[in-house]
This record gives sequence, structure tokens and C-alpha cells, in this order.
Amino acid sequence: MIYDDIARRLQEGDEDQVPRLVSQALAHGLAPEEVLEKGLIAGMNAVGVKFREREVFLPDVLLAAKAMHAGISVLKPKLAQEGLPARGKVVIGTVQGDLHDIGKNLVAIMLKGAGFEVVDLGKDVPPERFAEAAEKEGAAFVGLSALLTTTMPVMAKVVEALRSRGLGGKVKVMVGGAPVTQDYAREIGADLYAFDAASAVERAQALARG
Amino acid sequence: MRPKLRFLSDDLAARIVSEARDLLAKVGVAVLNDEARSLLSDHGAKVDLAAGRVTFPPGVIDQALKSVPRSFKLYDVLGVETNDFSEDKVHFTPGSSTINFLDSGTWAIRKPSSEDYVRYAKLMSRLGWIASQSTAFIPTDVHERVSDSYRLYLSLLYCEKPVVTGTFTARAFQVMRDLQLAVRGSDAALRAKPLTVFSACPTSPLKWSGVTSQTLLDCARAGVPVEYIAMPLTGFMAPVTLVGTLVQHTAETLSGVAISQFASPGAPALYGGSPAAFDVRYETTPMGAAETQMTDCAITEIGHSLGFPTQAYIGMSDSKELDAQAGLETAMGATLAVLSGINNVSGPGILDFENCQSLEKLVLDNEVCGLALRLARGIEPKDDFPSTPLFEELNREGHLLIAKHTRKHLKGELHYPGPVIDRANHGRWKEEGGLPLLARAKREVDAHLKAYAPSRLPAAAKADLTRIMESEARRHGMDRLPRRPG
Repeated sequence: MIYDDIARRLQEGDEDQVPRLVSQALAHGLAPEEVLEKGLIAGMNAVGVKFREREVFLPDVLLAAKAMHAGISVLKPKLAQEGLPARGKVVIGTVQGDLHDIGKNLVAIMLKGAGFEVVDLGKDVPPERFAEAAEKEGAAFVGLSALLTTTMPVMAKVVEALRSRGLGGKVKVMVGGAPVTQDYAREIGADLYAFDAASAVERAQALARG
Repeated sequence: MRPKLRFLSDDLAARIVSEARDLLAKVGVAVLNDEARSLLSDHGAKVDLAAGRVTFPPGVIDQALKSVPRSFKLYDVLGVETNDFSEDKVHFTPGSSTINFLDSGTWAIRKPSSEDYVRYAKLMSRLGWIASQSTAFIPTDVHERVSDSYRLYLSLLYCEKPVVTGTFTARAFQVMRDLQLAVRGSDAALRAKPLTVFSACPTSPLKWSGVTSQTLLDCARAGVPVEYIAMPLTGFMAPVTLVGTLVQHTAETLSGVAISQFASPGAPALYGGSPAAFDVRYETTPMGAAETQMTDCAITEIGHSLGFPTQAYIGMSDSKELDAQAGLETAMGATLAVLSGINNVSGPGILDFENCQSLEKLVLDNEVCGLALRLARGIEPKDDFPSTPLFEELNREGHLLIAKHTRKHLKGELHYPGPVIDRANHGRWKEEGGLPLLARAKREVDAHLKAYAPSRLPAAAKADLTRIMESEARRHGMDRLPRRPG
């Protein structure tokens, strides 16, 4: 079955074969949303499970994500023709007062690999700048990173800035970083907490799918 | 370059050996075995029957050392090579013959049973960083006169790895050899592919008992490797200084070497030991002591200088539970052992001064062994030169996570321990249950036991093992062997 082939090649990080198989599936008249769900997303989910079980490592996830990106590039025009959404745009940055960006960079790399369009605002980013960029870019997500307990409260201010622009609920807020917890994410009204880059991608994908 | 640690200068090592030879020539050792005394006498040693001592004139030890093999190998029950005792190659084996066991449910230290031993042997079949099994503890539900051979029987039945073992009685060797012959099929096959190493422990100070002398004789004649395990206690049954302890250890070991080599020139052996820096505060023999561990390493330096492959009891803990002390003492010992090139490291699983074995500690120690063995591979260039292209790629791509160089070398260059050693970030650790080390170790033991695959030793050989063991048990009044779990 071609969906299984796509999922398998994606798990192998084969960015040549995945788009070829996606094209083949479309040529056979298969529905683009089914190719996305049963082929690409199924493969990526399997990689996520293996990563959690420590059977594969971060480079394997990233290679799979790149292969997925290549597959989605083929699907994108078809999905658009049928009025179906592709991957969302993510505005990402390290919050104001915080200069640590390794974690943020890793999340950005992984999101890009998985087919999200990423607008990286860098580090030491003021709350208003996040809200402004989210509005301008039509972002589906805002990703916030902090390494310090002293800068973590800025995340709440970003949530507030988005609300004051009428973006609350429309733009999903994802948070992460060493001092951040699921409880804190809930407390400030963030939509998604991730403890590492791979889980950030996995959870953003799940949230995007509804 | 293989990283190498040394505690002795060449001059000091040579002086220790020289002093030990002098000690053997003037004071000698007690040998409480007529056959061994007679053999030593035949080869030039002087036997004082009244004093029960044997002294070694200059030249006798030289003669014995001439025939010592510089290396040998062990093979599993299927005949596959597992241990190469040569140069600085390091292999781990569980610490052996404890009288107690850490209960996996209550965490109390208690007497072990046959059922515990079967679980242990099954677990050993799964731990990749521990090359051989040992007869790690003594089940108390069999007659004490068969407890040595019974451990070997269970080990050979449930796990394919070779076994570091030993006898408690002189008769046991024959039974334990028969068990090995049941696996290998013939005396020649057993000699060609050794399956076990027998520990032989002189009694400090300067004494070989009747049973241990007999072990040396029996093993040498049967081509079964031995490891000499002298156990001088610094400041108690040996001089308080480490050098003095090493002189005594060397004399005790070289006298054993003479018995083995005169019984059968070329008999394979490991130059080993289990010294301890006796703790005069608690009357204990701490294996985690810095002085104990340094002495272990120095023994290997002397052994290697004399041309032997080596052994030591190191990489274990005096703690009574799986706690921070257990981790630090074990890891310190394992690290020193690997960097010193001790060929057979007896340590994993041990708590409470060689008195207690623990399955949970074995799975933790397995990971410690993996980390320590990574040190031995040192730092070597791997497609690193010229360096500039890789950094150009880094600048271009923004990262090297999926670079060809990364994919080629990631798993060879970087060692990843786990899941007992935890490297998840706090969020992931918490989401996955927030388990402390002991719970992770127990989960790992359970997972290994669930995934256990029976030994591939042919059914006929397994039946022979059981027939031999049942026959020996009957000799000691046991109608049947304890019921074994499936």
C-alpha cells in the first residue's frame, strides 16, 4: 500500500522518495488529505513514538521532518486547490530579558523541518513585538522560550499582548524552556507546553489538526 | 591513543616484586596441601614440614613465570568468543559469591534462593556491557555442600555467557568440570575453548589452604583458567602502607603461580586480587575506599609487568542500598579499572562490602560499565581533518544535526546510557512518571526478565546438566532440586 510506503520512507528520512511517492499517490487519484493523514502524518507519528521510546534520536526525527516537508511541498498546491489548510506559520522567539536561544533555535529547526513556516524573532524580544509579528504574519502559533525564572513572567505579558490585539484564542501560544512547566503554561493561558523540541513539533501538529 | 592510568613507577613496581621474591625466599608461605608442597619441592622450593612453610630460593619463581601465558580467551556455552584477556582489554563480570541479596520488593537485604538465582542468570543474559556471568550469590535452599556446583549449574542452564566461579569444597571441582564437559562435549573442546574462570583465594597473610591449593592443581591439570585472588587487609593482615600491602599480595600471588605452573606449565591464569584498606573504625573491608581501589590498579600494573592478564574486585560499593554512595563508589572503581586496563573487573551488582548482590544494581552498573568502557576508547580523530569544510557547513545550514559527518559518527563517537541513568530534561522526566532511580532500575529489571529468551544450549546438554546436578544433590541427601521458575 502506497500510504505505508510513504510512511516507511518518511521514517527513513528519505527526502527523495517521499515526494516521489506522494506524486505517485496523487497521480493515482488518491485524495490529498488522505495522503497527508495516512502517509505523511502517520509516518511522522511513528517517528514520534520511536523517539519517545528512545529507538531513534533527534537527527532521525529531523531527517523524517525534512522528508515530510518535501512531501508536503508536493501536496501543498492540491490542498490549497481543495481549500484545505497546509502547515501554519509560527512566530518564535526568546522572551524579553533572556539571551538564551539554543532551545528556541532547536525548536525552530524542528518546526521548519516538519513543514511549518517559521518567523524567528531572535532573542530578548519584547511582548508587543511578538503580538505585532503574529498579526502581520497571520501566524497560527507564537512560540515563546525562556531559560530564566526571572524572564519567564514575560510569557504572560505576551499572552496579554495577543489578547489586546484581539488575537487571543486565534493564535495559539506555545511555551517551553527549562523553568517552564505544564502548570505554568495553564496558569498564564498558553495553549501548549512542550518539554523539548521534538515534543513541541508533535504537539503543534496535533493542535493544528484540532 | 588509549588513555592509561598508572599509580606505580616502573622502578617502584620492580622493587615491590623484588621485595616479594625476597619475602618468598626468606619467610615463605604456608601451603596446607601435601600434593602442592610435594610439587613445589620437586621444582626446587624448600619445604619445612615442621613449620608447615614453603620457601622459594631465587630461580624457582623465575622458572614458574617462564611458562605463564600472556593472554587467553573465554567462550560462551555455544563456543562463541566473549572475553579476550590480552593487553589492556577490559571486561566486566558481576561481583561474586555474596551471602545476601537485595529483595526487589521490600528492598531488605535477605538470604537468596534458587528462584533469585534464576532471575539473576536470566538478567545476565541481557546485560550487554557485562561480558561474563559469575556465580554471584549463594542460594540457601540447597545443601551447602552443593551450593558451589549448583550455582554453576543454574548459570549454564539459563545464560549463555561464560562464568567466573569457584569451589567451596575440594570435591566440587570434579562436579563443576563435569558440568562444563556436558556443555562442551569433550575434554579437548573444553581446553580449546575455556568456559569458566575459577577464583582461588590464598588466606592472608601468606597462606594457601588445602582447598584453594587443590583448586590450583585441579584447574591447571584440566586446562581451566584460574584467577588468583589474594586479599591482604591493609593495617590488619598486611602492612598499613599500600606498598607493603602490595609486597605481601605479590608474594601470595607468585606462590600460587608456582603451584599452577609446576602442575601444568602454560596453565591459563589471571593475576588478580581483592585487597581492602581495612577500616579500623568499623572493622570493615571497604571496597569503595580510595586506597583499596588504588591497590587494585597497582596489582594490575604489577601483573602486566610480569606478563599476566589481570583481574581485580573493583567497581562495587559498601552501601546497603542503591543510593548516591553506591553510585559514586561503583563508578569511581569502574573508571579506575578501565583506565588501568584491568582485564577482568569483578564488581557489578555488589553492595555491602561484597556481601550483597542486587539485580537493580546490576542494571545500573551495566550502564556504568558502558560509560567506563567508553573512556577506554579515548579521543581519536574521525574525518575531522581538514576541519574547515565542516564549519562552513555549520555556517551554511545553521546546525549540524543531520550533517553526513554527524550521521556517520554520532553513535560511534557518543555513548548514550539509559534508561536507568536518566538524561531527560525535567519536563520529560516528569511527564514520563517522574520515577526515581530505584524505580527506574526495577522497571528495567522487569523489562529484561519479560524479554528473556532461553539459552540456545542444546536440549541434550541441558538434560545432561540436570542429570549431573541431581546425582550430586542425591549424594548429599536431597531427593530433588528446588523447583525452578519457568
